[in-house]
Amino acid sequence: MESWRDNRFVFWLLSLPGTFWISLFFIVPLSVLWIYSFGEKTGITDVAITWTGQNYGRVIEPVYLQIMWKSLWVSAVSTLICLLLAYPIAFAICFAPDRWKPILLLITILPFWINLLIRTYALLAVFRTNGYVNKAIGWLWNGIDWLFGGQHPFQPLELLYNNGSVIAGLVYVYLPFMVLPLYATVERLDKSYLEASLDLGASQLRTLLSVTVPLTMPGIVSGVILVFIPSLGAFLTPALLGGANAIMIGNVIETQFKSANDWPFGAALSFVLIYATFGILALRWAITARSKGVEF
Amino acid sequence: MSTYRPKFRPSRRALLQGTGAFAVGLTFLPRFSLAEEEKKLNFYNWDTYIGERTLEDFQKATGIETKLDLYADNAELFAKLKSGNPGYDVIVPSDSWIERLVGANMLMPLDQAKIPNMANIDPRFADAVFDKGRKYTIPYMWGTLGIGYNKKVTNGVPDSWKVCYDSDQYKGRVSLLGDARTVIGLALKYLGKSLNSTDPKDLKQAEDLIIANKKNLKVFAPDNGQDLLASGEVDIAQEWNGDILQVMGENADLDYVVPTEGTQVWQDTMAIAAGAPHPDNAHKFLNFILDAQAGADIAKFINYATANLAARKLLDDSYNKNTSIFPPEEILVKSEAQIYLGEDGQKLFEDSWTRIQAA
Repeated sequence: MESWRDNRFVFWLLSLPGTFWISLFFIVPLSVLWIYSFGEKTGITDVAITWTGQNYGRVIEPVYLQIMWKSLWVSAVSTLICLLLAYPIAFAICFAPDRWKPILLLITILPFWINLLIRTYALLAVFRTNGYVNKAIGWLWNGIDWLFGGQHPFQPLELLYNNGSVIAGLVYVYLPFMVLPLYATVERLDKSYLEASLDLGASQLRTLLSVTVPLTMPGIVSGVILVFIPSLGAFLTPALLGGANAIMIGNVIETQFKSANDWPFGAALSFVLIYATFGILALRWAITARSKGVEF
Repeated sequence: MSTYRPKFRPSRRALLQGTGAFAVGLTFLPRFSLAEEEKKLNFYNWDTYIGERTLEDFQKATGIETKLDLYADNAELFAKLKSGNPGYDVIVPSDSWIERLVGANMLMPLDQAKIPNMANIDPRFADAVFDKGRKYTIPYMWGTLGIGYNKKVTNGVPDSWKVCYDSDQYKGRVSLLGDARTVIGLALKYLGKSLNSTDPKDLKQAEDLIIANKKNLKVFAPDNGQDLLASGEVDIAQEWNGDILQVMGENADLDYVVPTEGTQVWQDTMAIAAGAPHPDNAHKFLNFILDAQAGADIAKFINYATANLAARKLLDDSYNKNTSIFPPEEILVKSEAQIYLGEDGQKLFEDSWTRIQAA
């Protein structure tokens, strides 16, 4: 490959649209928001930039820390479930016959063709008291119950409006983000390592934990980041699927920008979330730097 | 090895055409150059909140073509206008938001001489606490907050806010709204206080009450309590009367009641946004909305209580005597309108609301 230095003019020309895009739609608005986060509300629409730290001071009030802690654990659990589900899926796609692979990958990304809001509303129809899951379980239950004399009619399960339904919603929405990077690393994995491990007497489990997982770590790390970061900022899923205490940090930010009309505080909360994201990315960089052999 | 250099040499003509198109895109029509306003109007409204043929009728009557754009709540309207009016003429803000909008210079004062149909307004709404002398708004629809319930499941009529705030009678089968001022305000009402109270002691009492009762709630439903009720997810839904009326039409088991403690009486208004591109047309539109026939068509279609008295005279008893639309007078006396409490007062409610949801 030739170096970009041989063709500086073309390089700059080609980088122009991207640079323009990033500055106009990312750097400029975020800078404005960042400046806002040091402001004070002085009227209904007026914000004075006084470089005060009080907005960040408010962020560490117990109620907001509690909500952030909740956002963290909900995202962590969702990410873990995504990982456990996606790992076998990625392997299944890799070991499928070649002509099946494109179709299986297509099925994985198919939900992306439908708007997030519509997919989340669809979950409501699936999980609600008279929803499809309850209908299916009820049909099975009542069938078995009938065989034994019909003593215990089915009570519908409360599947919606709790933390479980929020986690289920997040897993459903972000699962493809975990499958795709895992698939990419598993596909590149040299299968002879696995054969070698088995030939040398390691059990299947040992091979998985000591050979497969370390070799696919780059995909795991990418997938975890791709799922964890958007889950942390989710607001639609908890708003629609969550119960009376489903609020996550994304919902608080939305409230501050809308009904509470407190942009400086909303901006400060947003930036705390952004700093947390940077922290996670730094962690990834640290992991990369330590593992010399595997390229992330 | 020869380096490949991509050739980028646009023809001169294409370049000129491109620049020309760009320049045209940058040229704005001078805003005040037209002697008479173009026959257009930009209307920013809630969903399903105008008559089925009202906009067509308006065009037939005046030749003005209306472009309709929709929003879902007042906060959205406010956020849209905050960074400058993007071109809306007529908007439909609610009571407690009017003073906030006026304070932020987002509304244009009305020229009442251009709205002769203001004579049709119900005397009860001729003036408003949030807009003294109707300088900025005309009343559009009004109604109540109350309890939608499933007759088959409840024991009698749940005509007290107790079922929402202080009872395990319908444990896990209750939904409240998702708005700070309304949910906390109605808890204040249950406690016998004003729903506009900013006394920290009252607010604390209401907050503690809601938090203690959270174990009996299913969900805070911002805009879908009626769907939860209709699908059997809850048996008690705190909701706007119009929303419950919609599902009552489809399911005879459902009913609506305004609790005896009194409630929040809401009022939506029509106003002209500051910087509206077609202020004359906007006045014509407001006048048309207050017309008897147009008002009756709207009220019949959306089933809310109209503030247009002349329109009510054209409608029959199935509308005028419907207690779900027009609540009994003795409850109205005990009820209040939600008013703007200043930014500090609003913040008290919003902060309390965050604590309630996190608890």
